[in-house]
Amino acid sequence: MTLVDMKNGHKFIIDKIDDKQTRLQALRFGISEGSEIECAGSMPGGPVILKKNLQEIAIGRRTAEKISVKKKGMV
Amino acid sequence: MNDCSQIEIDQELQADKKIVLAGNPNVGKSIFFNYLTGIYVSVSNYPGTTLDISSGKMGDAVVFDTPGVYGVGSINDEERVARDFIMSADIIINVVDASHLERDLFLTQQLLDMDKTMIVALNMMDEVEKNNISIDIDALEAELGVPVIPTTAAKNRGLDKVKHAVDKARKGNSIFNNGQAENHAQAFKNIKEEFRELNKKTANTADTLMLLEEDENIRCQYDSLASISDYREEIYTARRQRVDQITAEVLSYDQESGQLARKIGAYMLKPVTAVPLLLVLLYLIYQFIGVFVAQTVVGITEEMIFVETYEPFMRGIISSTIGLDNFIGELLAGEYGILTMAVTYIFGLLLPLVAGFYFLLSILEDSGYLPRIAVLMDRMLQKIGLNGRAIIPMLLGFGCVTMATITTRLLGTKRERIIAIFLLGLAIPCSAQLGVIAGLIAQLDLFYVIVYVLAIFAVYVLAGTFLNKVLPGESSDLLIDLPPIRLPDLKNVLSKTYQQTVAFVKEAGPIFVLGAALITVMEATGLLALITRAAEPVTVNWLGLPAEAATAFVMGIIRRDFGAAGLTAIALSPAQITVALITLTLFVPCIAAMMIMVKERNFKEAVYIWFGSWITAFITGGLVNLLIF
Repeated sequence: MTLVDMKNGHKFIIDKIDDKQTRLQALRFGISEGSEIECAGSMPGGPVILKKNLQEIAIGRRTAEKISVKKKGMV
Repeated sequence: MNDCSQIEIDQELQADKKIVLAGNPNVGKSIFFNYLTGIYVSVSNYPGTTLDISSGKMGDAVVFDTPGVYGVGSINDEERVARDFIMSADIIINVVDASHLERDLFLTQQLLDMDKTMIVALNMMDEVEKNNISIDIDALEAELGVPVIPTTAAKNRGLDKVKHAVDKARKGNSIFNNGQAENHAQAFKNIKEEFRELNKKTANTADTLMLLEEDENIRCQYDSLASISDYREEIYTARRQRVDQITAEVLSYDQESGQLARKIGAYMLKPVTAVPLLLVLLYLIYQFIGVFVAQTVVGITEEMIFVETYEPFMRGIISSTIGLDNFIGELLAGEYGILTMAVTYIFGLLLPLVAGFYFLLSILEDSGYLPRIAVLMDRMLQKIGLNGRAIIPMLLGFGCVTMATITTRLLGTKRERIIAIFLLGLAIPCSAQLGVIAGLIAQLDLFYVIVYVLAIFAVYVLAGTFLNKVLPGESSDLLIDLPPIRLPDLKNVLSKTYQQTVAFVKEAGPIFVLGAALITVMEATGLLALITRAAEPVTVNWLGLPAEAATAFVMGIIRRDFGAAGLTAIALSPAQITVALITLTLFVPCIAAMMIMVKERNFKEAVYIWFGSWITAFITGGLVNLLIF
């Protein structure tokens, strides 16, 4: 499962971010492997919007496809 | 950019004490800057970038405002500039958006890790209250180890306390200090050991940190040091953990608090509501720029003030001194005179338009809507090798292509800049040209209007798709922060508009003057007439236009609206008008835009763009002529 499969309101945990640049940039924004995130919307075929507490960031489709996620509670 | 250069701060700004304002984008740094420095402020361009650094005095110290960044590094121009100022600072005032602590404290912690003497201004406390967040400020102060002052800068709260606290600035808790050792795995303990070893060999701790964080500019200043380990990711991860630990301790939320701004923000991104909202916005932009500024305001500034009052006055002076019938007189006050046409063009026509565009852009930026438009448009722009951020230069292009070309600097890669600059030069008509086009097109049936719009749009998409296919590499993907929707502060919007407009006039003004001089020379030497004649076979046979139309194209090389205006003088059928307008719109960018392209990219690319426009314009015009008429 990757970020692009998430729909508005889904809550999940970031499992793995493959690309190093994306991983570093995401760390600055407060999103890292293992963080709990909520999806706050997704453009059809376009960016995915992530929400962590009050922080919202938009991630382009190509990057979102490289970020794998798991449902909360799954190991 | 592989040189080791760091900026040289102007000699006149050298002072005993350098205070640097640092923070993430849109946290209100400039309000602090204005409060601390008062009215004597100078703005200087940072060499090789669009970035302007404001500086001003506060007592004996000099205060610098830096570009907003999410971290210190060298990802883009903003970061490189901010890094250089931060590293040379004696005292840092770190402005933090209290409603985005998790994001903002990453930079704060990085500054602490650099061992900088600093204070934290915890800004936007009003947002925090509105969102039912509570922050334990004493605990935050204890965790960071530096003074934390709560403020609401936009409402003038707490600014005086920040000013007084500058003297209490101190060094805080770094992740490399022993205090937090127990939180880290063995691997990080080794990094700390290396950090301490390396720190003995460098000029200061900030350098040490940047070296271990793989900053290429700083590393190349220390090329004598033997291999330095790459620890950026490890350090970032440790810093993120530390920040998460701090926020977990000091923050408590009421997640469910309903809030209007949040809802509006969500509607701006839900396709069902977002598209109509965007259309309404575009209509309002058109009313403001296209009708109010381009017609009413420019009618006053260009016609009444410059053409009817200023130009005759200037010509009077020149004719009574040098005389108008010689080359110098022509150059100064002739048809393309640098004291007449160039001045009218810059101040009468472009200044109001550019100011109008920057005013709107500042409102969109400060309200938080702009990044959401970027999200909406991302998918479409991806198809032509750009990402959502490119919407900014594209919108500005309708104001002035020259101005838009400068702002392509904000795009992530060289590849994106080439695509954006080419498309701007090719298929985006600037406001000066749009005004004349609208006048001509208004006399035509809807059918011709649709043909015109479709042809331009098709060329835009095809050219973008083509470039995306042939240019090597890959364009960068969108990754942006969506700030909360808020009401923009008028004072801030106006001061941004002012600064950007002045910067534009300073940068592009001389180029318009140079362009005007070039044309006078071309005319005096007979080059202009020669080109007109040489172009005739194309205009008459291929485009089906009268021979005089060639003049309009040559005029279009100088200023795009001249070209369109040249058409009004010729009797044309509706079909001919449509073909001529399509060709002219796609035709070469004006001389000023060309010169900026040479400056921004290089001569070779600018020439490619120039001839590419010739070919595209004539092929498209000819095809439309063959297909439809």
